[in-house]
Amino acid sequence: MSDSPALSVRNLCVYVREDRTERTVVDGVSFDLAPGEVLALVGESGCGKSKTAEAIMGLVPEAVGRVTADAIELGDLDLAALGERGLQKIRGCEISMVFQEPLTALDPVFSNGYQLATQYRRHRGQSRRQSRNSARDMLRRVGFDDPDRIMRSYPHQLSGGMRQRLIIAMAMACKPRVLVADEPTTALDVTTQAQVLSQMIQMGRDTGTAILLITHDLGIVAQYCDRALVMRQGLMVEDASVKTLFVSPDHAYTATLISAAREMSL
Amino acid sequence: MSDGTQQMLLRVSNLTIEYREAESPSGKLEAVRDVSLDIPRGGILALVGESGSGKTSLAHAILQLLPIASGQVLFQGRDLVGLNKAGMRAARRSIQAVFQDPLASLSPRRSIRQTLLEPLDHFAIGTKRGRSDIAAEAIEAVGLEKHLLDRYPHELSGGQRQRVGLARALVCGPDLVVADEPVSSLDVSMQARIVELILELRERLGVAFLFVSHDLSVVRRLADRVAVMYAGQIVESGPASQIFKSPAHPYTRALLRSVPVADPEHEAPIVLEGEPSQPLTPPTGCVFHKRCADALPDCPLHQPVERAISGTEQDHTEHRVRCHLWNS
Repeated sequence: MSDSPALSVRNLCVYVREDRTERTVVDGVSFDLAPGEVLALVGESGCGKSKTAEAIMGLVPEAVGRVTADAIELGDLDLAALGERGLQKIRGCEISMVFQEPLTALDPVFSNGYQLATQYRRHRGQSRRQSRNSARDMLRRVGFDDPDRIMRSYPHQLSGGMRQRLIIAMAMACKPRVLVADEPTTALDVTTQAQVLSQMIQMGRDTGTAILLITHDLGIVAQYCDRALVMRQGLMVEDASVKTLFVSPDHAYTATLISAAREMSL
Repeated sequence: MSDGTQQMLLRVSNLTIEYREAESPSGKLEAVRDVSLDIPRGGILALVGESGSGKTSLAHAILQLLPIASGQVLFQGRDLVGLNKAGMRAARRSIQAVFQDPLASLSPRRSIRQTLLEPLDHFAIGTKRGRSDIAAEAIEAVGLEKHLLDRYPHELSGGQRQRVGLARALVCGPDLVVADEPVSSLDVSMQARIVELILELRERLGVAFLFVSHDLSVVRRLADRVAVMYAGQIVESGPASQIFKSPAHPYTRALLRSVPVADPEHEAPIVLEGEPSQPLTPPTGCVFHKRCADALPDCPLHQPVERAISGTEQDHTEHRVRCHLWNS
């Protein structure tokens, strides 16, 4: 079982519309993500790492651009062939996404408990009562000591770190095969970042969820991830285990990134 | 004889800031409790800590933008707390601010020139004709070209805007600039250049900075001294080199060790358990005891006092910590 990848991407290209022309922002990206693996997608801003994730999730609207791929397979599901309706059933359930700014992903007029419980009702068909119990358990697992208080309150009443943990709880509620996290801790303090990342990765290990972690921080790659893809100007320039990457990077660009990160470190 | 007090540009003593808060039983919320700090002429003090720790409240209170519940803010030997309007207006010439979001703090309808001339007009600095030259000098001092004076904020990049923010703060020749997260909205290479600029301005003009930041790698490059805030208190302060090399407070150690290092062989970042302290329900005893790995039986009971563990106040090398582990 563990031989077949959780996510398999072949020759993914994203073209963004610009006036009358198209610009290639992702150019032939291919990779496999194993169940339970934590894979980093690294690069500077504008390298195409976020667009890669959005394309996998089917979140590049036609007005914005065009996606082509030989394959985007989530286990036995062919995401490229699903269409928007099929994707809606899958997203948040088989494959979830966490964004940089948690407040934009939460609805300000619904309580936190309602929003989390909805995941269990919609995707798991649970009753109101069941879904509230599931939500409470989940909040405890992402480290909230007082889940009832969190359930009753609203997103604006939480700190940034608490919001991001709530989002991760929602994303992990259905034990997805793949969690895509796009700079999930960039807006957080370092202490909160350590808490959120270690909880997210621990949950992934528990449920066998593979994590695609998009980041520009090589510290995060080194200390939290198993393997890394390095992107530059839409191209994937390196795919290596984290151990290899930091000891003997293949590509000169990767070496530059690593030495710049070491220079900036404490 | 000159003792420490007279040399200090800014001396904050036992400052407490309260917000009105309907949900609190007392109707009040203490954002900053009993904080003291000093900045000498030309010094750079960095205030670090997680969001909600009170560092922005403290910066705003020093600027007299927030009412102060108790304590003193001595600037050049005068207490700014309770100063009348005219007195405070005069003081503002010497104590200026730079904010986190330059686009929000620059008027969109004024050209950069108008923005830079305003403080000069307000304080009647120089002759009317001379002011244009001062504005031009200020824009060059922050590494921008003179032709940008006729541009508007939306026409500039983030880095350029933050340089304009600095130029505006410097144009009336202040002795202290309070900068609240001035580089947080910039990307890494631009951050490094603004840090270089601040160091150069300090060298050339002798301006002191209170630099509020949660970014430890920026602080390490910039500050002479660092004060670490947690839950409204300064838990540790000292020379930057010492804080980074041998942090004394368990919170400072956790803070430094939660920064991920670009080396898979390096020891894993430590995770602080629990939530940051809630200002509505401040813990008894030490503010950090609930999350502290080294807590003693005494920690939840008594508030630790701040004590010096090395250095002297006279040469500004004092390393102070507020922790029971050091009370022996």
